[in-house]
Formats: sequence, C-alpha cells, structure tokens
Amino acid sequence: MQASEHKLSQLRQLEAESIQIIREAAAEFDNPVMMYSVGKDSSVMLRLAEKAFAPGPLPFPLLHVDTTWKFQDMYRYRDKIEAKLKGELIKHVNQDGVAMGMNPFDYGSKKYTDIMKTDGLKQALTKYEFDCAFGGARRDEEKSRAKERIFSFRDSHHQWDPKNQRPELWNIYNAKIKKGENVRVFPLSNWTELDVWLYVWLEDIEVVPLYFAKERPVVERSGTWILVDDDRMRLEDGEQPIMKKVRFRTLGCYPLSGAVESEADTVPKVIQEMLLNRFSERQGRLIDFDEEGSMEVKKREGYF
Amino acid sequence: MKDERDLIREDIEAYLAKYQQKELLRFVSVGSVDDGKSTLIGRILYDTGMVFEDQMAAVRAASQTEAPDLALLTDGLKAEREQGITIDVAYRYFATDKRKFIIADTPGHIQYTRNMVTGASTADVALILIDARHGVLEQSRRHAYIASLLGIPHLAVCVNKMDLKDFSEEVYDSISSDFMEFGKTLRFKDIQFFPVSALDGDNVVSNSERTPWYDGPNVLEYLETVPVFADRNFQDFRYPVQYVIRPDLDYRGFAAEIAAGVIKKGDDIVALPSGKPSKVKAIDTWEGELDEAFAGQSVTIRLEDEIDISRGDMIVKPDNLPRVTRRFDAHMVWMHEKPLDTEKAYLVKHTTQTVRAQIDKIYHEIDMHSLEAKPTDGIELNDIAKVRLSCHRALYVDDYHRNRETGAFIVIDSLTNNTVAAGMISLEGAEQNIGEVMKELHAESAMEPKTFVSPTERMERFGQKGATVWLHGVPGSGRWTLAYALERRLFDEGRTATVVIPVGENLRSMISAAKAVTDAGLINICAFPSPTAKDREELAKRIGEDRVIQVYVNTDMELCKERRPDADFSSFEPPENPDITIALDQVRIDKAVEIIMNALKERGQFEDA
Repeated sequence: MQASEHKLSQLRQLEAESIQIIREAAAEFDNPVMMYSVGKDSSVMLRLAEKAFAPGPLPFPLLHVDTTWKFQDMYRYRDKIEAKLKGELIKHVNQDGVAMGMNPFDYGSKKYTDIMKTDGLKQALTKYEFDCAFGGARRDEEKSRAKERIFSFRDSHHQWDPKNQRPELWNIYNAKIKKGENVRVFPLSNWTELDVWLYVWLEDIEVVPLYFAKERPVVERSGTWILVDDDRMRLEDGEQPIMKKVRFRTLGCYPLSGAVESEADTVPKVIQEMLLNRFSERQGRLIDFDEEGSMEVKKREGYF
Repeated sequence: MKDERDLIREDIEAYLAKYQQKELLRFVSVGSVDDGKSTLIGRILYDTGMVFEDQMAAVRAASQTEAPDLALLTDGLKAEREQGITIDVAYRYFATDKRKFIIADTPGHIQYTRNMVTGASTADVALILIDARHGVLEQSRRHAYIASLLGIPHLAVCVNKMDLKDFSEEVYDSISSDFMEFGKTLRFKDIQFFPVSALDGDNVVSNSERTPWYDGPNVLEYLETVPVFADRNFQDFRYPVQYVIRPDLDYRGFAAEIAAGVIKKGDDIVALPSGKPSKVKAIDTWEGELDEAFAGQSVTIRLEDEIDISRGDMIVKPDNLPRVTRRFDAHMVWMHEKPLDTEKAYLVKHTTQTVRAQIDKIYHEIDMHSLEAKPTDGIELNDIAKVRLSCHRALYVDDYHRNRETGAFIVIDSLTNNTVAAGMISLEGAEQNIGEVMKELHAESAMEPKTFVSPTERMERFGQKGATVWLHGVPGSGRWTLAYALERRLFDEGRTATVVIPVGENLRSMISAAKAVTDAGLINICAFPSPTAKDREELAKRIGEDRVIQVYVNTDMELCKERRPDADFSSFEPPENPDITIALDQVRIDKAVEIIMNALKERGQFEDA
C-alpha cells in the first residue's frame, strides 16, 4: 500500500495547514498585514509566511505596535529581523498616549494596555486601511480562545462579538467583508505551546534571548519577578534589585511581564522545564490578573 | 504516561525527536450535558496529564462535590457561562506518547446541529455517548447520521454510565446490537463500542477490572491506534491553485495545498478551465525541491510550459478528471437564522473558487427525528436538505464521500457576507472525458437569465415591499394632487416612492410602467385614467392582486363637473369594491394621505423600524 509513505507528522501537518491559511488570506484580502509582536509565536508565524511565498517576498508588511515599554532585548532583536526582512516592517506608536505621558506605573496595567496596545493597534489598522491582520494567537492559550475562529470577524469599530462569528467548516474560509470591517486571521490556532517551541527548535528559528535563563537584575512584585530593564523602572521604597537566574515564558512590556526562576538556557531545556512543571502559559503575564476572563474582554475591545 | 515523563526528564532531545513524529488525529465529541460528554473529555484530559495545576485548583474550588468535577475542565466562554448564549464548538488539544489530538467539542441538542456539523467537518473520528440507562435514543441516531453525512470515517460509541447498570454485559450487548442495526445503514468504515464510566474512568484511558467480559481496547487506546492516514484520498490528484508566486519574470509558481492524490516531477497535467496540457517541471518548497508531493502538503508547482493559470483554477491529471459542472446535487445544512431564499443568488465557495449560484430545487428535507426524507417547501436554521445548485461558472468537483476536499462547499449571503450553509456534493453518472469537460467549460451559465435579486432582498434594502397605489376617479376629483401629496409623505417617512406620470401613453403601457416600478421594490403611485371595471381588473391582474391598492377618489360629482366642464364623465364606472374610498370635498388632503398611509401599514407594506 503506497499510502503509508504519504504520512505527515503532526507538526508538518500543522505547518501545511498554516501555510494554506496564510496564502488564502493573502489572496482574498486587499490589504493584509501581519502583526508582529517580536515574541516566539510571531517568529514562527513569520517563518511560515516566508515558506508560504518562497522564493518570493512577503506580499504584505509586518506591523509592530510599539508601546515604548518593551524589553530592550526585544527592540534589538526586532531591528535585527528588520535588517534581514525582504519586506516592510511598520512600527506604530500611539502618539496620543505618549503625549499623555502614558506609562504602566502611574496608570495601572489595564488603562496602560488599553491605550498603548489596543488603541495603538486600532489606530494603525485604521491609518493604513488594513482589512486583514494576521495574529499569532493560539486556541490552547486560554479557555476563552478555545472557540475562536481562524478567520475572526471584526466590525468597523474593530470589535469582536462572540455572538456574531461565522461558522467555519473544513478549510474553506469566508473572507467576504464590507468596507471598514476587518478580519483577524490566526494561522497558529491549532498549535500548542509545545508545538511552537518544537518548531523553533527544529527550524532553528532565532528568538529573543529573554526566553532563556540568565542572571538578570529583578525585583519581586505580586509573587513574580520583574526585570529592571532600563532606568525608567520605578523602584518602591526599600526595593533593591537582586540578580537572579530567570527567564520569561511570554514577552510583553517589561514592567508587566513576570519572569520565572529557571536554569533553562536552550530550547530543549525550556521545553523540558515547561513540560515538567505545567502551569498555564499566561500566568507570567500581569495583565490577566485584572479581572476574570479578561482576555475575552480585551478581545471584545479590539486587542486581538 | 509515566515513561514519557521519565524520558522528558532524562533525555529531552530524544523525547522531542519522538514527539515531532507523532500523528495528528482530529475527533469530534458530541453529546449534551446529561450524557456525560464533558466528564468523559475532562477524564481523558486529566488522565493523560494534560491539566495544569492551576486549572485543577480552579476546578477543585468550583466543584460542588468532594471529588473534582472534571466536566468543569471543558467549561466555555464567560458570556456562555453567564447567559448561556454562545453555544459553540470549542477546540481542545492533548497529546499522548503516540498521537496528538484535536478535539472539536460540540453540543448535541437538535438546535445545535450546525455546531455539530462544523466540528464534524474536519474530524477523523466521531465520539458519541449513549447513556446505559436509557439505551439508544433518537439523539444518538441523529449524531451518528450527521457524522456519517459529514464523511467521518470512524465512529466510536461510548456506552456511558455503566457503573449505574452494574457493568452488565447484557445491557452493553443489547445497546450495541440495537445501535449496530441502525449503524450498518450508514457509511462508516468501522464502528467501535466501549463500555465506560466517565465518572470513575472505567475503560477510558485504562482497562477496567469491572468489565472482565470486555476484551476490546479502551477509548484512548482506540484513539491512539485507529488508522487514519489511509482515509485521505491519494488516488485523484486535485490541485486547486491558491496563489501565483511571481517574484520576477523567470519564476512562475502555482501555490496550493494538495487537496487529493500524489504528484511527481515530470507528471503530465492539464489545467482547468483552459484545458491546456503541460508537465510538472518542479515541486518547490522553502526547503528545496521535492520529487513527489501528496495530499495535505502545501507546495508550489512550476510547469514546463507557460500557460495561463490563476487563483481558482485547478491542476489535475489528464487521465483522472474531476467532474466539471455548473449544476449539481448536494446535501446542504442551513446554518443561519434567516431561512433559504430560493429566489436570490448566493455565493458558493468551493476549494479556491467563489461563484454566484442559486439553489433552484429542494428535493426533500431530512426529518431530524426519523432521519427519513420528507417533502418541504423551505429550509431553515439547522435543517438538512437535498438540493440542486446552479452556478454561474463551472466548478471542478468530486463526490463528497470520495473526496471531502473537492466535495465540500460553503454558501455565503452576498448581502450580509455571512456563511449561511455548508454543502456536501453528491455525484452520480458516468465520468467525463476531456472533450465533454471542455464543452461544459465553454457552455453558458447554468443560472437562468433572470433577476437574482429576490423580493426579500429588496425588502431588506428598502425596508418596504413594492406596491402600486392606483387612484381612480373622474376628472377634477383631485387624484393627481393626492398622488403628489402621498409621494411627499412617503418620502418624508424615509420610504422610496414615485408617481409614475404618463407621456402620452395608453393604459396598457402605464400598467407596464407601474409593474416595473413595483417589481423594483418601490411604491408607485398612479392616477392614470382607468374608468371601467375591466380596466381595473386588468391592472390588478397584471401588476399582481396583492400588490395593488385601489383607491376610489369619490369627490362630489357636481363639484368635479364644475371644475372640469369640458371633460368626459360618461365612460366612468364607479368601482364596486375599492380598498379605500375618499371624498376630497369632505376630508382634507393630509387626512386622505393619512388614511392611505394607514392602509399601507396595515397591509405589512413596511418592515418594522
């Protein structure tokens, strides 16, 4: 039986399906963009996009919504990627937020994220009239994402309505929208965190060094380690940065991202550590502690 | 599971090497709250070590019982929890040392047929539950029927709550044979039964000591071993072009995910719809060229000859052609609150082609209780029906049960852009040769040359139904004055209306004009002379009885004669049964307009604001 040779491993199957999704969106939308957060999921998504259109360039730009409070390592890594990229990387900062002096210390994580991230993203989508934005979100990240579509419809105010999503069958995606509406496309929907790391390892994809354990200056806040990444970090009375071997499971704005103590300094060791002490991925992200089911609230407001 | 953990601890790279080779299996789990589906899925996730400590802590805290309620692990959206509104398909992921699994978790109640269909569309295995206390119910049969209709090759039937039936072999046997009676009429490659207790974990991920009479696999064992790679069609090469990659003049590659079959470098191909032959020059990927590629892979093909191919075209082999047709039969599942409108044109998306199409025949509907065909005159949310579609352009299709990829389509409402239905094509009859294929490709649209804008759509656009208000009366009765007053009032209320005026026409051509305006969905007001009963009968018949409001402007005859001394009053026959009678010497014009407006409203002329 010939068929036995024609077997794809689960990872290659996911890869092929993601490429199909990326090509489909690129073909059907007029003006797509790929959201690029500089994290590992973005890095995997970017590689898949490169594969989808090789040997040609990406038929869409990348968009980095910069809150100005990312880790310095992320900026360095982003600039390196930009230099190698066969295409455009748009960097957008919500200048209204900057003018307001928006920062995560004085305004609280919710308001800060709303303005610098959510509003920043909406501004950029509106400014460039993008009708499709690829995102690196996965369904396994959070309970509320388990029902998310691969082509997720947003109205002209960038709002996501859980009651107004289109049924999605087979691999046939409905990309029809009216002017002003847009669709978020999630090519990594069916990947798990382990799949993403495995792909990073197998494909030898370079990721931000913050994912790997290293001695770093940190302070303890709300039971998690916060990196003293630059001189804008405000220390509370009596707070003294100490050196700890830590790494980050997810990356965002440094004052809002918690590190975990770790010895894992290679991809296999990171995976090993992840598998051996399982706890939900977003636990290291402070923004989720604001309210229960908060990812869903953010989504409705237009952040992802 | 324990061995895996040791391997992770001791040799992570060996573990990763093994993990990356795992196969993927997608299954749909169907059931309602009562039959223990959530508990079963929760049990599988928990027993395979896929539950994080913090999740488990949350479940323990929320459980009403002393033991953690595993059903809570598959709890859904916040809105759904709070208001019970977004009942939807939830996707969950887990892996064992043999396979990675994607579960499409779907509700089982009849009102969620569309959700089950969605989850079933990509599944390799359907997992359904039967409550051992109740035996095979209508709902179990319905779930199996839908799974079979969606082409799922393997069916796993869990006879659950065996603990409440003392793990009786007799009970299990009787349910299995009862179900098999029905199951063998369906299209599954195989049907497997399991005696389980999801609550206690019997035969879920380990074999139970309480069922010594059962020597089959447990549920997880089955899911880990059921052969699925051979379910895909590797015979019929189908390559629906997604994207043309053209970075420079020297490179032209056609990118697609291979929908079915196998292709090798040097193979003869033919491109549809051009019918032009060529050979495969190269199969490109980011990593480099391949000698061979097969169903499920995303690749880029270059051809020996420069032939014109774009998105929506299909590359196939000359000795294995799909059916090229603009008209086909299909089972269709309606997925939207707004019912099917057979008079309008929808969009059909099939592989990478989107065409205008019309559902021009409903053969029958499937009765969701008896699962038998029954006559019907309409299709609504969650209905499954056998229909015929006519398309504007030819599609390249296969029978759904031969090839899911080229047998499936979705239906999109071109006005709202919603996905309103899913379809599975059924083909009968002989295969076509390339000559017949080309003939079909050169033929005209299969859609009748008639309007594809239905009255319902016009109603939605304008917020009103087309109608004619015809004002009858003698000269000098004030018909035209009333006509223009009515037009102004309709316009002010946001309606679309017009007075059709004569340019030396006769009554016949006025009726034609009135009909055209009414067909277009507008409110037409006409005061052209229609003195006799025969005239009025004719105009009502031609425009449509239910679309005409006959208004008799019964102004005092003496007054009219005074106003128009030269006019002919003799031929006028007063209407016997007008819808409205108004004497303009007795009511003011705005009152008369009001009367007509009310009559229009009462007839349901306007969509409620």
